Amino acid sequence: MSGTFVGMPAFPKAAHEAVRDERLRANLRHATHTIRDKRARAVAELDDWAALREAGKRIKDDTLRHLDTYLLQLEESVTAAGGTVHWAADAAEANRIVTDLVKATGETEVVKVKSMATQEIGLNEHLEAEGVAAYETDLAELIVQLGEDRPSHILVPAIHRNRGEIRDIFRDRMGSWGRPAPDGLSDTPAELAEAARLHLREKFLRAKVGISGANFMVAETGTLVVVESEGNGRMCLTLPETLISVVGIEKVVPTWRDLEVFLQTLPRSSTAERMNPYTSMWTGTTDGDGPSAFHLVLLDNGRTDALADEVGRQALRCIRCSACLNVCPVYERAGGHAYGSVYPGPIGAILTPQLRGTASEVDASLPYASSLCGACYEVCPVAIDIPEVLVHLRERVAEEGGRGHRLERAAIKASTWVLDHPGALTAGERLASAARKALPKRLPGPGARQWTDHRDLPELPAEPFREWWRKNRT
Amino acid sequence: MTDSRARVLARIRAAVDGAPEPPAVARDYLPRHAPDAPGALLDLLHENLADYRAHVHRTTPDGVAGLVARLLAERGAATVAVPPGLPDEWLGATEAVRRLDEPRLTPYELDGTDAVVTGCAVAIAETGTIVLDGGPGQGRRALTLVPDLHLCVVRAPEQVVASVPLALPRLAPGRPLTWISGPSATSDIELDRVEGVHGPRTLEVLLVTGG
Repeated sequence: MSGTFVGMPAFPKAAHEAVRDERLRANLRHATHTIRDKRARAVAELDDWAALREAGKRIKDDTLRHLDTYLLQLEESVTAAGGTVHWAADAAEANRIVTDLVKATGETEVVKVKSMATQEIGLNEHLEAEGVAAYETDLAELIVQLGEDRPSHILVPAIHRNRGEIRDIFRDRMGSWGRPAPDGLSDTPAELAEAARLHLREKFLRAKVGISGANFMVAETGTLVVVESEGNGRMCLTLPETLISVVGIEKVVPTWRDLEVFLQTLPRSSTAERMNPYTSMWTGTTDGDGPSAFHLVLLDNGRTDALADEVGRQALRCIRCSACLNVCPVYERAGGHAYGSVYPGPIGAILTPQLRGTASEVDASLPYASSLCGACYEVCPVAIDIPEVLVHLRERVAEEGGRGHRLERAAIKASTWVLDHPGALTAGERLASAARKALPKRLPGPGARQWTDHRDLPELPAEPFREWWRKNRT
Repeated sequence: MTDSRARVLARIRAAVDGAPEPPAVARDYLPRHAPDAPGALLDLLHENLADYRAHVHRTTPDGVAGLVARLLAERGAATVAVPPGLPDEWLGATEAVRRLDEPRLTPYELDGTDAVVTGCAVAIAETGTIVLDGGPGQGRRALTLVPDLHLCVVRAPEQVVASVPLALPRLAPGRPLTWISGPSATSDIELDRVEGVHGPRTLEVLLVTGG
C-alpha cells in the first residue's frame, strides 16, 4: 500500500531534509528542466495562447459562480444517459459510497486510473481496510504503489525516482503483486514500460470494476473526459462491467464547446504535447460498448470552503496540468513530498491549506513554501494568480496567530519604525559595521534562531551603503 | 446521500452569495491555426501523426486492400479483429484470419488477436489526432485498444479538419469517443516520452485520397 501523508512535518523541516538528498535533487532537476523547455515550445506554436488562457479562466470563473446550477444540470444529463450520481460532502462519505458500490458487485479487486481525487480521499487505503485490493495502473502510480512510496508530482507521481530506482522496484516488488518483472530487466524506459504492460495486462483482462477520476465533466451533455497517455485509462474505462468515477465538483464545465479551450491548453501545459495520446469521452452508459453500470461520485471535501474565499477560490480553476510545479524553484529543490499533501508545488501550497484548513503545522506552513517569484502564474493555463493567493493565505495564517507569526508581525512593525526614523537607522548601521567581526552566523533567540536554521546571515559590509554613498558620490 | 446533495448545494450557494458576475467568456481565440487548403491540411496531419510515431501511408480507394494486406503481413499479424460495418473490400486482399466482433469478442479473445482495422469519425491536422465514435467500421472502444496493432483508415479530405474547435461540432457527445494521437506512450520515467505501453504499440494510419 502507498505511504501516507498523515503526520507530516511542516514544510521547512521536510524541505530541509529533502534538499540534502543529492539524488532527489538531481532527478528533479533533470525532469523539470526537460519538460519546462518542451512546454515553452509547445505553447509557442499557438499564436492565440493568451486568448485561450483568458477564455479558460473565464469559463472556470463562470462555472464556479454558478456551480450549483451546473452540477444540477450535470446530474440530470448523466442520469438521463443511464448513469447514477452520488454526492459526497467529505472524504469519509466518498470512500463509503465507493466501497459500498464495489461490495455490491461482489468483487474484491478493482483497477484504477490515476486520479488526484481518489488520492486526496485515501481511497486505496480505505478499500484495503475493507478487503478490496485497488490496483493502480498508471505507470508512475504503479511505481509509487509497488515502492510503498508517496506521490511527489501531480502528473508524474514518481518523478523523484530515476530509471535505475524504478528498475530495482519492478525487479524486487512486481512478483508479490502479480506477474513478476522479466528476467534481466534493464533500466531503459522502453523495457520498463514493457514490464508494466505485461504485469498489468492480466489485471485489465479480468477486471470487473474500474475506478477513475475525470479531467472534465460537461454539464449540458453529461459527458466525462479522461485525458491520458498510456492506454491504462482506456482499459479501466472500457473493459470492466462497472465504472465508478470520483470527481471534484469544480471539474464541471458548462458546455461541450468549452472543451475546445481546455483540450488545447491542457496537453501543451502538461506533457508539452500538441495532444496527449488518448482522450476518452463517455456519457452515461452505451449498449454494447464499455461498462453497463456507471456511477459518478461528486466530491466536495473542502472545495466549498475554498469557494467561499474571494481571493482563494481561483485555485478551483486548476485543471491539474502541473506546469507550475515544473517551473517552481522551490519545488525543484524541495521535491513534492515536503508539501505533505497529494497536491504539491505552487498549486498545492494554495489548494491544500484551503481544502484542509490551516490548523495543522504543515498546512499553516504551506503558504510560505514559495519565494513569490511568479513563474507559476506565468505558465498557468487558467491564469491562477498563485502569488496573490499565497500572500492572502499568509495573512490568514498570521491572523490566526502562532508564535512565529506574531514575531513576524512585530518585526515588520519594528522595521517600519526604524525606516521612518533616519537617525536611528544610521546609528544602527554604523554600530553593526563596527561590530561585524564579532557577529555570529546565526541569530540568537526564539523565532530569530529558527529563521537562521535554514539561511546563512549575509556578511555585513565594512561600511553602510548610505555612508559609502555620502563619501563617494556627494 | 440526499442529505449530502442538499448540504453541498447549500454550501455552494452560501459560498458564492453576493459574488459579482464574472466577465463573459470571450471566444476571441483562433478557430484554426492551419491554412484552409485541403492539400496543406493533409500534409500537416501526416506530419503531426508521424511526429508522434504513428506510421502514415498515402493511397487511393483502390489501393486500400493491398496496403492493408501488406501492412498486416509486414507486422506478422495472423489474426485481425473486424468491427461491424467495415467495408468488405478493405480486407479483400489480406490472408489474415478475420474475427468479426459480432457476437462480441471477450477481452481474452481480443488479447489473442494480433491487429484491428477500422475507419474513423474525424481527423485533426493541427494535433495529429484521429477520433473514433463507435460508428460503422469503427467498433466498440475495446476493439482498438487490446490488439497490439491498429490500422486506421482516414478518408481525405472529407474526414480531415484543421483544429480541435472545428472537430468538436462534428462529434456527437452521446457516443463513446476515443481521441488517438499516436501509439500509446508514457512520460512517467524522468518526464521523457517513450512510445508503447498498454494501448496498441503500433498505429498505422492510411490516408485515402481521390474517393
